[in-house]
Amino acid sequence: MATEAHGESEGLVFHPMDQFIIKPLAGDGPVGLFTITNVTLWMALTCLAVFALMVLGTSARSVIPGRLQSVAELAYGFIRKMVEDVAGKDALPYFPYIMTLFMFIVFANFLGLIPGSFTSTSHIGVTAVMAMMVFIGVTVLGFVKNGASFLSLFWISSAPLVLRPILALIEVISYFVRPVSHSIRLAGNMMAGHAVMKVFAAFAPLVLISTGVGLVVTPLSILAITAVYGLEVLVSFIQAYVFTILTCVYLKDALHPHH
Amino acid sequence: MEGDIAQMGQFIGAGLASVGMGGAAVGVGNVVGNYLAGALRNPSAAGGQTATMFIGIAFAEALGIFSFLVALLLMFAV
Repeated sequence: MATEAHGESEGLVFHPMDQFIIKPLAGDGPVGLFTITNVTLWMALTCLAVFALMVLGTSARSVIPGRLQSVAELAYGFIRKMVEDVAGKDALPYFPYIMTLFMFIVFANFLGLIPGSFTSTSHIGVTAVMAMMVFIGVTVLGFVKNGASFLSLFWISSAPLVLRPILALIEVISYFVRPVSHSIRLAGNMMAGHAVMKVFAAFAPLVLISTGVGLVVTPLSILAITAVYGLEVLVSFIQAYVFTILTCVYLKDALHPHH
Repeated sequence: MEGDIAQMGQFIGAGLASVGMGGAAVGVGNVVGNYLAGALRNPSAAGGQTATMFIGIAFAEALGIFSFLVALLLMFAV
């Protein structure tokens, strides 16, 4: 992504967008369809982390849960309640998929916060696949469950008759913008937050170059990294939550399209 | 500092696109502020509306993220 736009600039120690470059794990060859890259590695680690928490953590099935088991149970109860509250009781058959989405995103976001790691959800390619799966799945589900009356989602019967065609047009457009905003929201938030952290990180070693300005800038930027990191921990969770809750909202529209 | 006029336009455009993020900041602040104002008047109803607040935040934020995306596209993709 950021390859030719920088390189000769001497202002920053490294470019803040360098962390998002996809590179093969072994060698410097081109990235093909089946090349094992750093994205592959960190997505695999994400899956392993989810497996460790949800399968190994709950394998004891003790009546009095241990630490891992209670975290897993909390996550399960949290998402189940969200699906039930937002999408309704008849959305519970789709709960496993939503749970999978949430656990994957939240672990990908949190693993990306480890210094030197790679955030797989900061790439629109990764989030777009998840958003398109939700979009296609929800649309197919709407037509399967409601037949042609799913289209009444776009035909708002409570509005005046004159306005309805215009509203239908707006509703159709906003329906098709859903996967775009759904994916870009997550990727953009992750990318922006990590870029901000790396901007401050690039200013931090300024004291090594110039002791005059550096004495002021270095402590300030280290403080800023700490503060932004704290914010990023919050944002990582909230964005996973928002992605999941919007999936529930779209699912509700598919199950109950009548306004 | 070298470069052609197209590159200058790219940078100016990216900077202008970033202004849109201020709108998202106003929008998110508005959503949360109004939620809090309502929640303090009727705390018993506040718990049930947190999910709605987050959905509102997400919608307000999406448009700011779009402007960030335009800035990124101008910087790295054009």
